[in-house]
Order: sequence, then C-alpha cells, then structure tokens
Amino acid sequence: MVFSYGDNIDTDRIIPGKYTKTLDMSQLAAHVLEDLDPAFKDTVRQGDVVAAGFNFGCGSSREQAPIALKMAGVAVVIARTFARIFYRNAINVGLPLLEIREHDIAPADSLTYDLKTGQVTNHTKQKTYQAAPMPQVMIDILNEGGLVAYLKKNGDYKI
Amino acid sequence: MKPQTITEKILSNHSGRSVYADELTIVNVDGIMATDTTAPMAIKAFQEMGSRVWDNQKMWLVLDHAAPAPNERIANLHKLMRDFARQQSIKLYDIGEGICHQIMVDQDHVRPGQIFMGADSHTCTYGALNAFSTGVGSTDLAGIMLTGKTWLKVPRSMKVVLSGSLRPNVSAKDVILFLAGQLTIEGATYQSIEFEGEVVENMTLASRMTLCNMVIEMGAKAGICHPKGLTLPYDWTPIVADPNAVYDSVLRYDLSELLPQIAFPHSPDNVRNVQAALGTPIQYAFIGSCTNARLEDLQVAAQLLKGQKIADTVRLLIAPASNQVFMDALADGTAQTLMEAGARFITSGCGPCVGSHLGVPADGETVISSTNRNFKGRMGNPNANVYLSSPAIVAASALKGKISLPD
Repeated sequence: MVFSYGDNIDTDRIIPGKYTKTLDMSQLAAHVLEDLDPAFKDTVRQGDVVAAGFNFGCGSSREQAPIALKMAGVAVVIARTFARIFYRNAINVGLPLLEIREHDIAPADSLTYDLKTGQVTNHTKQKTYQAAPMPQVMIDILNEGGLVAYLKKNGDYKI
Repeated sequence: MKPQTITEKILSNHSGRSVYADELTIVNVDGIMATDTTAPMAIKAFQEMGSRVWDNQKMWLVLDHAAPAPNERIANLHKLMRDFARQQSIKLYDIGEGICHQIMVDQDHVRPGQIFMGADSHTCTYGALNAFSTGVGSTDLAGIMLTGKTWLKVPRSMKVVLSGSLRPNVSAKDVILFLAGQLTIEGATYQSIEFEGEVVENMTLASRMTLCNMVIEMGAKAGICHPKGLTLPYDWTPIVADPNAVYDSVLRYDLSELLPQIAFPHSPDNVRNVQAALGTPIQYAFIGSCTNARLEDLQVAAQLLKGQKIADTVRLLIAPASNQVFMDALADGTAQTLMEAGARFITSGCGPCVGSHLGVPADGETVISSTNRNFKGRMGNPNANVYLSSPAIVAASALKGKISLPD
C-alpha cells in the first residue's frame, strides 16, 4: 500500500518531540505521523511505501523520525527531495530512501521498485521513475543495514 | 590554489587536503555533544561498536530537552547518560545548567575555525564564532564517538550580505525570520550560508548566535558569520573567504527599513511583518530556547515591561538560556523587573520549545514565542497556534494580551 503526503513534512509531524525520549522503539511506531494522518499507524503494514513531495523530514535531527517509520513497517520513502539530516539518519538506521524529483505517485497506485537501480514502476499510471543516485558510501552503509554494522565491519569510513 | 569560501577553508583544514563544493570528504571533528533526546540512542549505538570514545575531552553531554525529568522513563534516560559520562570521564552538564548550545559557546568548547558536530539540529548556532558546526543524528554521532571523524559532502556556499543599520526594536531574530520568509523552508537545502555586511559586523556574539541558529529552518547545513567585529577573550585566527571564491548565490539585503517580523502558524518560513498579526489575542507568551533566551534578550523584555503588569489573560514564561544567564539577570535586576511584571521563570532548558514539558499550550490557545519552530504540535499540542517573533514582540504582546508592537 502507498501512503502519499505533500511537501515539507517536518520531523515534528513524523514523530512529535514529546514521544522521542525513549529507547523503546515500538513506542515510536505507536505515534508515527499522528498529527498528520491519525489513521496511518493503524493501517500501515510491513512493506508499505510512503511517498511525499519536497523537503521530507525537515526540522530536527531526531533519528527517532526514520526509526518510527521503519518500526511501523515502512519499506521505503519516496520523495521529490529530502531534508539532509533526515536523509543521512534514514540511511544510517537502514531505512531506504528514493529521491525522485518528478513523481505523481498517489495513494491508490500499485508500485514496484528496485533499490539497486533506483527504478520505480507505477503500474496504475503505467510510468517509470528514476531515483537520483546516492553516493557510494551511503549505498555501502545501506547495504550493511546501517552505520553501526558498516563501522563494525570497516572500522572507519571509506569514500 | 583555487580560491575558497570560509566553509571550504574550514573543511579543507580538517580534511588534510583542499576540498571544494560537492566533493565528498572525511573530516576530523574537533568537538561533539548530545542531549537527552539524542544521547541515549547514540550511546546505545556506540556501545555496539566500541568501548572507549576516541577522545573524552572533546565530547560533552547535556541534560536540557526534558530536564528535570518529567517522568520515570526520562529519569532513567538521564541516569543512563550520567552513568556513561562517569564511566568515560566525559563532562556532563546536568539539569538546569543550560541549553546545550549556550553551554558549548560559553564554556569555550567550540572555537573559531573548528568543526563541531552536535546531535541537535540547532548545532549550526556556533557559526556565530566563525566555526563550521552542524547537526547530526544519534548514529552519526556514535560514529564520531568511535572514530573522531565523519564523512561529508562539502556544501555549496551562499553569501548573504546584510547592509544598513537596524531600526529600534528590530533584532537578529527579525533578520533571520525575514530571510526564512524570503528563502523558504527549503531555500538553502544543504548549503552553507556565509553572513557578512554591516548588520553582522555590528552584532554581538549573542545576536550572531540567533542569526546562525535558524539557518536550519531554511534547510542549510551550516551558517557562518564573517569574523569582522567579533571580539573574543582569547587569541584566534579569523577565517575569511578568498577573493573570487565560488558562491552558489549571493543575496544582498539593505535592512535599514526592515520592520519587526513574525512567523504565522505552522511553519517558520510563514513570515510577515508583525503589522499583519496585530491584535491577535494570545494566552501564552514564551521567552526561551537556544534562539532567544540570552541576557540581551531578557534585558530587551525587561526594558519594555519595567513598572508594568502583563495582561491578566496571559501567562509569560521565561526559560533562560543557561543558569549563568539567569544569575546575570538576577545580578543586574533584569529578573526582578520581569518577575514584578508577572513573568514566571522556569528551569533553564528546552522544554516548552520542543513540547517536552514545563509549558504545553491548551487546545485552541494562541502562543507567541521567541523560539525557532512552530510546526504543528511542536510545543506539545497540535491544536495550538504558535507565532514566532523576537523577545521585544513577545514582551509587548504579553503586556497587551494580543500581538502588539512596542509603544
């Protein structure tokens, strides 16, 4: 299933600050997107897609935002652009992102995607979209499942 | 050598080679910090990777986002941080000592020319010191705790030249709100904003901190002030751009006619002249946060409230930027003036700004706040309306019970 939102979805709307002070990550999923789309947390299923417009994840550096989406089951976030701290945080915690400047993905659309090639197919609209390439270091971090696993393996950054 | 911006120079100095916009680089980091929102996750991630931080003299922890602890869950996170600090011999600033960014600057934990990374998006504040500082998430911070380094894409630089002289009751907050309105919330995405011009030259360190603090509200990676006019109590080497350094854009504003600015709900770039909001009834006024709670901010408010009483329909809360700021405000009579006018002081920290505790608005209430963000739900209640403005406008509005300009 695809959930589609507009531009400038800030981190306060992804996970309000009042819920961020916890190490119980399931608590984050219980409040994800609640001020934007109160039904989201109860309808989202493992493997679902969040699609959005420009500047997704703007605002705070709270890593709880991508973790909340990941814990809720979101498999990938597709946006026209991402705020940069969110972008790094998502990759560091193993939440895949696809940055696609021009897309018209709507909630009812049926999608398939390939994280390796960055290609997304919209079967409903019979279109394909191409994501902007990611730097190799981010691909490597994502392939390891996140920064902790990457640094455990490599001990240092390689660019 | 190819000419460089301030940003490119600082990043080159920490890369061991000359780097330019859009290049990826690995930098040595001079200092890091984390708060009670971000440190627990950073500590957890770090402990999966290593046992000792790379340099315990270059890391600081601050309890400020929900401090003193409003509940047992957060109390336990505070304890986790205290235990970790003790085990690693890291300096921890406990509850009420202040907001992390104020402490980092006041305690000289960050200096000009350095790279500083904090697990808080407003770490960009230290650009006031002619340093490169930026916010990262918990896991990126854990990576620096382990290695003392991180990877970066060298941001493109945007030069913002602010000329003229500001009118009375127009401050750094009005300047940065104006710029946010002009550029929009994504107008400087992944850019480093380099500020210069007479307006900057005439700013105190406190005002420069307010200016750089909100560059993240335009998506910027960093904001750095030109060093001209900055005086510091130690020897330092100013870093300026080379002539012909490459800027992605150069924006020039003459601010002599700039009027007080206000951000309407629910975005910090939804900015207009205060005139557009005059007369809007408010129930809650707040002076606080890493943006505007320094001594000069409290003094401006005290000057406007001296000998008067705030409206009986309004509560005015003040959270000083640090315990030191509070003591200074006590020593010079500022605090007494504010308290006599009806203001109430709360423990120094971030609580109300980030909606943790100590002043959450009710449904349907309107707030005027000297803070940095008014996203829906930011102050803890998605059914409240938050306006952002300078301490002068907050004080004047508290006096009248409605959004007002100083008389």
